[in-house]
Amino acid sequence: MLEITLFYIAATIALVATVLAMTRANAIHALIYLIVSLLAVAVIFFLIGAPFAAALEIVIYAGAIMVLFVFVIMMLNLGEKGDQQERHWLQPKIWIGPALLVTLLFIELLYVIARVEGPVSVTSVSAKEVGLSLFGPYVLAVEIASMLLLAGLVGSFHLGRRYLDRDGIEKEGEQ
Amino acid sequence: MSELMPVLLALTILIGGVAGAAILTWFERRLLGVWQDRYGPNRLGPLGIGQVLADMIKLLFKDDWVPPFADKVVFIFAPTAIVVAMMMGFAVVPFAPGMMIIDVNIGLLFFLGMTSLAVYSVLLGGLASNNKYALLGGLRSAAQMVSYEVFMGLSLMGVVMMSGSFSLVDIVEAQTDVWFCFSQILGLIVFVIAGIAESHRLPFDLPEAEHELTAGFHTEYGGMKFAMFMLGEYLGLMLISCMIVTLFFGGWHGPALIGHWLPPLFWFGFKVFIVICFFVLLRAAIPRPRYDQLMSLGWKVMLPITLINLVITGAVLLWMEGAA
Repeated sequence: MLEITLFYIAATIALVATVLAMTRANAIHALIYLIVSLLAVAVIFFLIGAPFAAALEIVIYAGAIMVLFVFVIMMLNLGEKGDQQERHWLQPKIWIGPALLVTLLFIELLYVIARVEGPVSVTSVSAKEVGLSLFGPYVLAVEIASMLLLAGLVGSFHLGRRYLDRDGIEKEGEQ
Repeated sequence: MSELMPVLLALTILIGGVAGAAILTWFERRLLGVWQDRYGPNRLGPLGIGQVLADMIKLLFKDDWVPPFADKVVFIFAPTAIVVAMMMGFAVVPFAPGMMIIDVNIGLLFFLGMTSLAVYSVLLGGLASNNKYALLGGLRSAAQMVSYEVFMGLSLMGVVMMSGSFSLVDIVEAQTDVWFCFSQILGLIVFVIAGIAESHRLPFDLPEAEHELTAGFHTEYGGMKFAMFMLGEYLGLMLISCMIVTLFFGGWHGPALIGHWLPPLFWFGFKVFIVICFFVLLRAAIPRPRYDQLMSLGWKVMLPITLINLVITGAVLLWMEGAA
C-alpha cells in the first residue's frame, strides 16, 4: 500500500514537471522541470524493482546529458529576447495537432492496459542481470551503439581540432 | 529501535555535517597556518575556535540581497542544490557495522548520482547571476565536472570488480584482510584527483579562480546564500573523504594488528580525519593549473590510467579464477 502511494506521488510529480517543462518560455526553467521529471522517473524505476536503471537514470540523464543541455543554453545566451520569441511560438493553436495525436495514443494505451490480466509481477532486477543480458542476447545492440558513439566522437574531434600548418602555427578556421 | 536508528542517524548526520563544515573552515585555516609557518585565526576562544561562531554571526546578519538583473527563482534555488545533493550522498556511507542510513545494492551508483547532481548548483548559480564572470565560472565547472565524473566512475570499477558488488557494505567487508589501496593504487590516485576536481577545491578550483574570474560562479552571492555554497563545498570534501576511506582504506576496519583495540567508528573517523588533512595539505602545496592543462590532464593522462587499471584488474581476476 505504501509503495503504491509513493508510486502515485512520484508519477504525479513526473507528469506535472513534464507538462511545466513543455510550457515554460524560459529555456532554463523548462530544463530544471525536465530534470525534476527525470528524477521522479528514477524514483518510479526504483519502486518497481529496477534500482540499477534508477541509478543510471540519475547518473546519465539527470547528471550528464541535462548538464550538457544547460551548458549549451548557457552558451546561446538567449535572455529576455529568447523568452519573448518562445512565448510567441507557444500559441494555443499550436497545441491542437499534438493534442489530437496524443489523445489517440492515450486511448490505445488505456486499451492495452485494460487487456492485461492481473497485476504484472514485480521482481527486482539486479545490476548483474542487466550486465548479463546486455552482453549476452543484446550484445549486438551494445556494439552498434558503441560504434555510433565512436562515430560521434571522431566527428566532434574533427570539428573541434585546431588546424596546424607545417611551422606549428595555428590557422584560422578550416582549410 | 531498529526503525528509529536510521532517523536518528540522519538527524546526527544533518547536524554533524553542518557543524563539521563550520569547524572545518577554522580547522583548515589553522592547519594551513601551521604548514606555512604562521598562526591563522587564533584570537577568539581557545585555539581560536570562536572564529567559527564569529564567521557564522557575520554571515547570518548580512543583507540577503538578490541582484535585480538575476533570474530570481533560479538564483535562490541554486545554492540549495549542492547542499541537498551532498547531504543525500551521506545516506549510503557505512560509518560502522550496521551504522548507516540505508544499505542499497546500488550504493556506489547512488553516490555517483548525487555528486553528479551537485554540478547543477554551480552551473545554475553561474547562469542565474547574469554576470560575465559567473557565466565563465559556470561554463568551466560544467566541462570540468562532467569530464572528471567519467574518470571518477571508471576508477571505482576496479573496486567493484574485486568486491563483486555496488553495495558499500559488501565493499568494506571485502577489505577485511587487505585494503584496496594496495591492489587498486591506480584507481585510488585517479579517484583522489577526480574527487578534488568534483568538489572544486583548491588545486582545481577553476570555476571560482579569483585571479581571473573574481569569484567565478558565486561572484554575485553574499550572506547566507554564499554560506550555502561554502557548506556544500565542505560537505563535498567530507563526503569524498568518507568515500576514499570506505572504498580504498578498509572503511571501519582498523589496521591489521591493533584494529580490534578501538571501536570501528573510531577507525572510520580517524581515517577520514587523515584524508581531510591530506586534502588541506594538497591545497597548500600545489598551485592551480591552467584550465587547458586541467582538461588535458583529465583526458590524456587520467582516462588511459583508469582504462589500464580496468584491463589489469580484469585480467588478474580472471587469471585467479582460472587458477583456483
